[in-house]
Amino acid sequence: MKTLYKIKKGLDLRLQGEAELKLVKAGLSEEYALMPTDFQGIVPRAVVKEGDRLLAGEALFVDKATERIHFVSPVSGTVVGVERGERRKLLRFRVKADREQAFKNFGEKYDAAHLSADSVKALLLESGLFGFIRQRPYDVIASPDDTPKAIFISAFSKMPLAADFSFVVKGHEEDFKNGVRALAKLAKVHLGICPAQINSDLLPISEAEVSVFDGPNPSGNVGVHINRIDPVNKGEVVWTLSPETAVVLGRLLRTGKLDLTRRVAVAGSQVRQPHYVETLAGAPLADLLKGQLDTDTHVRIINGNPLVGYQTDVTGFLGAFNNEVCVIPEGDDVNEAFGWIAPRLNDYSTSRSYFTWLLGKNRAYDLDCRIKGGERHMIMSAEYERVFPMDIYPSFLIKAIIAGDIDRQEALGIYEVAPEDFAVAEFVDSSKLELQRIVREGLDVLRKENA
Amino acid sequence: MLKKFFDNIRPNFEEGGKLKAFRSVFDGMETFMLVPNATSRSGVSIHDAIDSKRIMSFVVIALMPALLFGMYNIGYQNAAAAGKLAETGFWSMFLYGFLLTLPKIVVSYVVGLGIEFTVAQWKNEEIQEGYLVTGMLIPLIVPVGCPLWMLAVAVAFSVIFCKEIFGGTGMNIFNPALVARAFLFFSYPTSMSGDKVWVAAHEVCGLGYNLPDATTMATPLGEAAAGLTPSASFSDMVWGLIPGSIGETSVVAIALGGLLLLYTQIASWRTMFSVFAGGILIAVLFNMAGIEGNAVANMPWYEHLATGGFCFGAVFMATDPVTSARTENGKFIYGFLIGALAVLIRVLNPGYPEGMMLAILFMNMFAPLIDYCFVQRNINKRLKRASK
Repeated sequence: MKTLYKIKKGLDLRLQGEAELKLVKAGLSEEYALMPTDFQGIVPRAVVKEGDRLLAGEALFVDKATERIHFVSPVSGTVVGVERGERRKLLRFRVKADREQAFKNFGEKYDAAHLSADSVKALLLESGLFGFIRQRPYDVIASPDDTPKAIFISAFSKMPLAADFSFVVKGHEEDFKNGVRALAKLAKVHLGICPAQINSDLLPISEAEVSVFDGPNPSGNVGVHINRIDPVNKGEVVWTLSPETAVVLGRLLRTGKLDLTRRVAVAGSQVRQPHYVETLAGAPLADLLKGQLDTDTHVRIINGNPLVGYQTDVTGFLGAFNNEVCVIPEGDDVNEAFGWIAPRLNDYSTSRSYFTWLLGKNRAYDLDCRIKGGERHMIMSAEYERVFPMDIYPSFLIKAIIAGDIDRQEALGIYEVAPEDFAVAEFVDSSKLELQRIVREGLDVLRKENA
Repeated sequence: MLKKFFDNIRPNFEEGGKLKAFRSVFDGMETFMLVPNATSRSGVSIHDAIDSKRIMSFVVIALMPALLFGMYNIGYQNAAAAGKLAETGFWSMFLYGFLLTLPKIVVSYVVGLGIEFTVAQWKNEEIQEGYLVTGMLIPLIVPVGCPLWMLAVAVAFSVIFCKEIFGGTGMNIFNPALVARAFLFFSYPTSMSGDKVWVAAHEVCGLGYNLPDATTMATPLGEAAAGLTPSASFSDMVWGLIPGSIGETSVVAIALGGLLLLYTQIASWRTMFSVFAGGILIAVLFNMAGIEGNAVANMPWYEHLATGGFCFGAVFMATDPVTSARTENGKFIYGFLIGALAVLIRVLNPGYPEGMMLAILFMNMFAPLIDYCFVQRNINKRLKRASK
C-alpha cells in the first residue's frame, strides 16, 4: 500500500543545462581520490601510506572512534598521495589506478532474503558501504553500534540540475531491490518516490514501505520524508542513504565485488553538452568535464548541485556522495548597476518585485554565483517557512542556533533536520544568511555537547 | 564606468587611507550603485535576486502616492482655511505642500542616516537599509506644523534608542517610525495634537496664504472626540481632503501603495486584512451598543477606517515584518488586536482622539508573546510525540 503525501511548500527552480538522458561510459582514469572531508562527522585514521598497493574495496582509512567503518578505494592500484592540511588534517587519498582492475573478494553470491541482520551489517562495514550511510540526528556518518528505528531512502531529488535517479538506475533495478531487501534486515526501510516513479521498474518492492511524495523541491529530501512519516525524537536514530548506495549494495550481493560505478549528471549552463557519465566515485573532474568547457575562468565547478554541492576546481575529484558535477558562471566579473531597482529580466526571484512570475514556470534560468545583496539580520518573516515543508519553524530554529541555545534547538526540532533541508530557504533568503553553514555548525556543537 | 570610478577611489577608504572614517559611506554608495559581485563561499551557490535593498525600495515606492497626495493636501487645506480654494491652482497647492514637506524629509534622512552611517562605521558593518523606509515614514505621520528641530530630536531618539541599541534593523522590538511619533506626542503634545497644527498657516516663497492666528482646523476624529459630527463628507475622507498628518489622510493613495505591497508580497496580507477586520468588528459593536453622548462610539465603521491613521497604520506600520508577529497564524491575531485596540482607544479615551499609534506600539510589545504561543504549540507537539 502506497501512501501519498502532498507537499505544498517549496520551490521548483529550473536552471539551464539540465543533463540530457544520454549516457557516456568513461574509461579508466589515471587517478582516483577519496576525500575524508566528504564523510561528515568522523575522524579519519589512515591505514595506508604512500606507495602501498591495494585492491578495489580495500580500506584507505577507517574512523578513529570504532575503527570498524572502512572507507575503501574505488579502484585497485597504488596509493600515490595521502594529502594533509592544517594540523595534519587528512584531506585526500589519491590512488593511481592499475590498468587491469582487481577487486577484493567479499564472498560469493549472497541471497538477500536469507541473510541475517548481523551478516548484513558486517558486510556493509567491511565493504566500506557503511560509510555511505548517514544518520539523523546530526546528519553524520552512522555509528555501527546504533540500532536505527528505521532506514529512509529517497529515490528522487528535485534539486536544480540534480541527476534523475530513474535514469541512473535504469537496468539496475534488480540490484536496487536486492540492496533494499538486505537493508530491511537491519530495520524497517521507507522508500520515498515521486509520482512519476509509481509505474516504473523500481516497484514493486515488498520489503520496503513505499510512500509517494508529490510537490516542489525539497520534496525529494529524505529529511522531509522522515518528518512526514516518522519524525526523529530525542534519543532516536534513523539512518538515511542514497538510492545509489542501495544499488551498489545489491551489486555487491550479486557479485561479491564492491563496484562503485555510478552515473553522474554533468550539467549546468557552462557545459557544452550536458549529459550523464558512467564513472566511479572519486573520478577526476578533469576527465568528466573533458571537452565540455569553453572557458575555465569565471566559471564555478560544483561537486554536487548548485544548492547543496560545494565549490571545487577542475583538479578536484568527484565527491563520495555527489551524483552531479555542475558548471555555472561564477559572476565575479559581472558589474551590474542599480540592481535594487532594475527590472533584471534574466534573473530569478521568488519575489513579485521582479517579473520572474510573468515569464512562465518552466523557463530555465542561467544564474551565477553572486550573492546579490549584503548579509543582514533576519528581516522578512515567514520567508523560510514558505519553502520549508516540515512541521518545524525554521526561522525560530535558526535563531536558536545563532543564539547557541541548545535546549531551545532541541525543543524546536533540530534533531530532525540536515543542512540540505535549508538549501531552498537559503536560496530565497533576502537577508542572505548562510543557513546551511549555520545549521551544520549548530549540529556539530550539539553533537559535541551530547557526546 | 561606475566600476572604474569606485575602484579608483577605493584605496582612500581602506585601512590606512585618507578617508578611512567614511568607509561605511563609501560602502553604502558602492553597493547602492553597483550590485556587489561577491560570490557565495559556503552553502548554496546560487541566490535569489531579492535583497533587502530591493524590499526597502519597494516600500518607499509604495509610500509615494501617499506622500504626493499629502503634499497636495497641505496646499488644499491651507487654501480652504483661507477661503480661497476657487482661485488657487492645483500646482500652486502642490508646490506649497512640497516646499513644506521637503525639509522634513531632508531632516529625517540626514539625521537618521547620519546616525546609521556612524554606527555602521563604528561597528565595522554594512549600512542597513531599514532606515530608508523609516526615514520616509516619519515625515508622513507628523502634522505639517511640526517644527524641524523637534523632528530631528525625535528621529535621533528613535534611531538610537529604538533601533541601534537593540542591534539594528531586524532586531528592534518597536517600530522606529512610531516611536519617533510617540516621542513627539508625549514630549511636545501641543505641537502634535489639538486644532492648530494640522494646517500650514504661513506663506512659503510666495505660495499659500497667511492665516490669522486664531484659525483652527480639527481633524474629523478630533471633532468627533469633542462630541461634534465631523464636518468633512465621507468622500472627502476617502480621497483624503481632510486635515491630518501629512501622509495619512487619503485612503485612495494609501490603497495604491498597499496594493503594491500586497502584490509584491512584501507586506503580509494576513496582518493587513486582520487589522481591518478587527477595527470593523469593534466599531460595529460600539455602534450597536449605542453609547449616548459619545460621538466616536457612534461613528460608523467605514468612517473609522477612513479617518485618522487607521489605513496608514494598517498598511505601512502594522505590516513591518520586524516588529510584527513572525508566525503566519500569529499575524492574524496580531493584526486583529491592532485594529480592535485602535478603535477601542479612539472610543474610550477622551484625551486623545487617535488610537492607531498606541495600538500598534502596544501590539509590537505583544508580538513575541503571540509567537511564543504558536511556537510553543509546535514544541509541545514534539514533546508529546517523544513521550508516546
